[in-house]
Amino acid sequence: MNTFTKTAFIAGAFVTAIAANTVPAAAQAQEKCFGVALAGENGCAAGPGTTCAGTSTVDYQGNAWTLVEAGTCTDIELPAMADGTARMGSLEALERDIPA
Amino acid sequence: MSIQTTFHAGLLDAAQPVPEGLTDGEGRPAGRRYSVYRNNVAVSLREALTTGFPVTRKLIGEQNFDHVAGLYLRAHPPSDPRLMLYGAGFPNFLASLSALSHIGYLADVARLELAIRHSYHAADGNPIDGNALAHLGPDQLMALRLSLAPSARVLRSPWPVLSIWQFTQDASVGKPKAGSQDVLITRPAFDPQPQLLPTGGATFISALATMPLGEAAEAALRSAPDFDPSATLGLLLAGRALEMPSC
Amino acid sequence: MFDTTMRRLPNGPGVGYKPQHYSALIADPAPVTWLEIHAENYMGDGGRPLAQLRALSERFPISVHGVGLSIGGEGPLDPDHLARLKTLCDWLNPASFSEHLAWSTHDSAFLNDLLPLPYTDATLSRICAHIDQVQETLGREMLLENPSSYLAFSESTWAEPDFLREIARRTGCGLLLDVNNVFVSATNLGFRPQDYTAAFPLDQVGEIHLGGHDEDLDDHGAPLLIDSHGREVADPVWSLLDITLMASGPRPVLIEWDTDVPDWPTLSAEAVRAHRALQKVLA
Repeated sequence: MNTFTKTAFIAGAFVTAIAANTVPAAAQAQEKCFGVALAGENGCAAGPGTTCAGTSTVDYQGNAWTLVEAGTCTDIELPAMADGTARMGSLEALERDIPA
Repeated sequence: MSIQTTFHAGLLDAAQPVPEGLTDGEGRPAGRRYSVYRNNVAVSLREALTTGFPVTRKLIGEQNFDHVAGLYLRAHPPSDPRLMLYGAGFPNFLASLSALSHIGYLADVARLELAIRHSYHAADGNPIDGNALAHLGPDQLMALRLSLAPSARVLRSPWPVLSIWQFTQDASVGKPKAGSQDVLITRPAFDPQPQLLPTGGATFISALATMPLGEAAEAALRSAPDFDPSATLGLLLAGRALEMPSC
Repeated sequence: MFDTTMRRLPNGPGVGYKPQHYSALIADPAPVTWLEIHAENYMGDGGRPLAQLRALSERFPISVHGVGLSIGGEGPLDPDHLARLKTLCDWLNPASFSEHLAWSTHDSAFLNDLLPLPYTDATLSRICAHIDQVQETLGREMLLENPSSYLAFSESTWAEPDFLREIARRTGCGLLLDVNNVFVSATNLGFRPQDYTAAFPLDQVGEIHLGGHDEDLDDHGAPLLIDSHGREVADPVWSLLDITLMASGPRPVLIEWDTDVPDWPTLSAEAVRAHRALQKVLA
């Protein structure tokens, strides 16, 4: 592509994208819904909030941890490294002193 | 040492003794009453991480996640009372654990969750739609400078990070296939939406920080000859992810 | 519907606001007449939380309740956090701002719990200096809330009601009386809850809190109540509210339900109960 063709290609592509994203004034005036997250649309995206309460849920943290095979990662078949190599050292126990 | 120094030290480390001078109200040592505070701290921070990283938790299972969260919260308690920001260091922490090293994509999935959360709380800004640009001719468009809206985020990963994120929540989308993915997060209104960026899109978006639209597209074309300027600009406009520069 | 120009809380029932109740509150809030939010959840830069709060503040008087200022901390108050609080109070202009007699930050670690203090002359001076700083920065009077206690400090020389009375006297701040916290502390530390409320400076009380608690046991098999805010308010706490309102007269009464948050009908049923308790002293 020479410079002229390339510029024309890019500008043309921009115009296409802009035309596809012009919004009728009536739709613009619609009030944004801030009441509730749309169903299935990241209702949890807010993340954690604060608390001023205590809890009677007991923290059962033990002293040693062995990774258990669990979760959806066991259904995902991807190598250990993104370049396809299998890294050494999976499934080792992690020994640490952890308060209860 | 001050009482709050010893009280604090024991909260995060059960090997520390219960601080001196604490009683049950009738003069007897406080004993496990002190553990109420230990437990409040650990459980509330673990629940904060659970709320902040639900997909990461689903990926490795509740038991593994709870344990890793327990390690993290003790090593890195929040530095700020805004709990909505807690866990910014969690992805790197996951990457540092050798026991999880066979799940190479885990940290990037956590980074995606964090980016979505940050997008949710980002400033509203003044995003434009296509109408704002419709009157511009080709030369003006090529020379136009635009900036990203505060809620827009780009995450580049050597992993199929968006496919993993989607599969973990809905297995019917099919198993992720190996390969890198660039993800664009936009917030058209209030709900952040992660979407796959086409080839060259991430280069284009990062170039917008320093270049006008035309030069940014040329930079993207140099890095990816099949870059489609229309697709990426379309995603940005539809997602209300662009603003006129403030100056 | 409500007089939002009135910059004080009404002597009616309020609830701690949870986003899942937004639509129900807009549709029919009765009997709820005001809302309380946690300051820290509205310190983001934008998005839905701030948009919701802006809309709610046009319909309801809002109480801003801080949970992270660490007023009882040994170190200085976090100036960044205080500035964020000022930003929030300046744009929202809430009907009330309150915080806790507790600490939560030490050595820049925020521990996300309301931690206890010994009641001594030294802690009294420190807390009063912090409250002076808060009130000067915000340009408004604040309320200070009594904590739930699971243990006591042998070095304490003040009884808690006297300690709070003296703080209010020195700083001019008001007080927030959490009746469930009184019941929890009384059970845990072995005093009579009605003795506590009788000793409390009720004329300084600008707001009353109610919440649910869980029951556990200590090392000696004695009851140890946990202030969990995860269930209905217990019957003896409702009785203590009646006794308190009889002595204090009507006050804004808040239902706090923060964990296992119920659906709106369950929460508003608690507010109805608070409404009835208030009707008894208004009659």
